[in-house]
Amino acid sequence: MTIGAVPSSVDHATGKSRIELKNVSRGFGEEWAREEVVQNLSFEIKPGDLTCIVGPSGCGKSTIVNLVAGYDAPESGEILLNGQKITGPGKDRMVVFQETALMPWQTTFDNVAFGPKLRGDGARADIDREAHRLLEKVGLGDFKRKFPSQLSGGMQRRAELARALINKPLLLIMDEPFRGLDAMSRPLMQEFFLRLFEENRRTNLFVTSEIEEAIFLADRLVILSNRPAQVRAIIEIPLPRPREFHMMNSPEVFEIKREALAILHDEAMKSFGGSVGAGARQMDVMEARP
Amino acid sequence: MSAVTIDQPQTPPSKTFRRRSKFERAISSLGFWRGLAGILVFLVLWEAAAYLKATLDFTIPFFGKLPAPTLVAAAAAEVVVQPGYWWSWVESFKRVLGGFIIAMILGIPFGLALAVNKYFRDVFFPPFEILRPIPPLAWVPASLIFWPTNEMSIIFVTFLGAFFTIVINVLGGARTIDVRYLRAAQSMGANQWHLFSRIILPGTLPSIFTGAAVGMGITWNVVLAAEMVSGGGSQAGGGLGFFIWSSYMGGSMEHIIVGMISIGIAGYLSSALIRWLGERTMPWQRAF
Ligand SMILES: Nc1ncnc2c1ncn2[C@@H]1O[C@H](COP(=O)(O)OP(=O)(O)OP(=O)(O)O)[C@@H](O)[C@H]1O
Ligand SMILES: [Mg+2]
Repeated sequence: MTIGAVPSSVDHATGKSRIELKNVSRGFGEEWAREEVVQNLSFEIKPGDLTCIVGPSGCGKSTIVNLVAGYDAPESGEILLNGQKITGPGKDRMVVFQETALMPWQTTFDNVAFGPKLRGDGARADIDREAHRLLEKVGLGDFKRKFPSQLSGGMQRRAELARALINKPLLLIMDEPFRGLDAMSRPLMQEFFLRLFEENRRTNLFVTSEIEEAIFLADRLVILSNRPAQVRAIIEIPLPRPREFHMMNSPEVFEIKREALAILHDEAMKSFGGSVGAGARQMDVMEARP
Repeated sequence: MSAVTIDQPQTPPSKTFRRRSKFERAISSLGFWRGLAGILVFLVLWEAAAYLKATLDFTIPFFGKLPAPTLVAAAAAEVVVQPGYWWSWVESFKRVLGGFIIAMILGIPFGLALAVNKYFRDVFFPPFEILRPIPPLAWVPASLIFWPTNEMSIIFVTFLGAFFTIVINVLGGARTIDVRYLRAAQSMGANQWHLFSRIILPGTLPSIFTGAAVGMGITWNVVLAAEMVSGGGSQAGGGLGFFIWSSYMGGSMEHIIVGMISIGIAGYLSSALIRWLGERTMPWQRAF
């Protein structure tokens, strides 16, 4: 499969960055209850690409997000952003969290303006203007003075996108951002987000457990194995941009989906089989007792 | 224009009707009238019980021992014109607010320090947890000995009643703040002070007000009990607790009931004050 051609109209000045994970490992727990969650994980996110991480539930996707965002550090290996080692959180990488992480005590507007105001990035008037512009852009012009709890699920995600984008990150990290949205708003949010991404192709790391969503959005899929997470397959999505829903009906997509699902099913069976085996062994021990 | 046009939210329909005042809304709600009817039925039953006792000498259990509400009202009318009665209010409120405000001033920083600093928690939390289960009233004798004046001991015991509740609430609230708020702020460049002032403090406010509301209730309990135990000071205005106690000593059931109702009103006013402050400080909690 080939990489979808990057349109030449792309503005290469914004949000273009390369992320490299090199032999990254992270486990939790004391030695006697050790659990390797990420082991020798290596992959790369190309500048201007939307890379989707897909993997079985609990395989370590959020752990990877925490490592790239800098909330957590790998025990071995390293993560590079444009060749520089990541050592902690920074405004060059913004995370859109699974459920809304807007601060409930601030209005939508104050949430969006939070980062630049905290850092004192430029004059207040400029920050305010940019916050207004972004809120209009994500369709929340009339909801600036509302608190996050007064917004619908979809509006909260859009506000969160605006809050991340105002910081002009080099990389946008999204950890199952649309999980929990209802069946009506999820496709709307996907399309909305696609348009936003395709406007300037800010490098994006997108975590999802929905294979359809991944294919619809991504340039590449990184399919992870069961815990400990390792790369099981990398699939390029050759669909052109702008993406449209009807593209999802092509035989190409059907083939990719079949392939990806086969791998995921395989991994899911492994974890299932593994736990059934462990359970059965435990039962034997219990029954062997007098 | 921008490529992003889908899923525009609708503007809310503009409000054409005049916003009605809180009072108007209250009296037009069915719940208000049901509540009023409940109180009226209660008063009528009470009056009837007293009437039966007076005319037929038939005593309904409990109710029959009470003076009729009309008599209580008469006693109240007599009492409210005396400055001594209002001094009881002032005395009690002074003690309640004194102990309560000191408890807030010391309890909120103490609870926050316990929440954010592990070393501080390691050192101070164990003794705190040993002292916490001691009921405030168990401190009365010791504090009467320890503090030079009665007044100080009452305020001290009142303070204790609110302090432990406030600290526990602040600690719990600050420790359960969603880590994602802290992480988001860190990504946006927040330093330690920002994390504290922009996330932990506002994130703890709801718990602070919960603690304050519960603490205020405890404070009234403690003040009234302490006033009864200590005689409420030497002068006539010894607080509402002393008012009830001296009415009991004087054998006036009407005055006892006037005192009890006064305390009910005082407690209600105090919690209304806290609710009002809470709504002012945390507008996002009122939003739905
Ligand atoms: N801080 C931690 N301490 C101990 N164990 C952890 C920690 N963080 C993650 N884990 C473990 O790592 C494993 C993977 O967790 P993670 O949240 O990364 O998975 P995930 O793929 O994001 O799952 P989901 O699909 O449910 O979002 C889990 O079994 C979890 O118990
Ligand atoms: Mg996760």
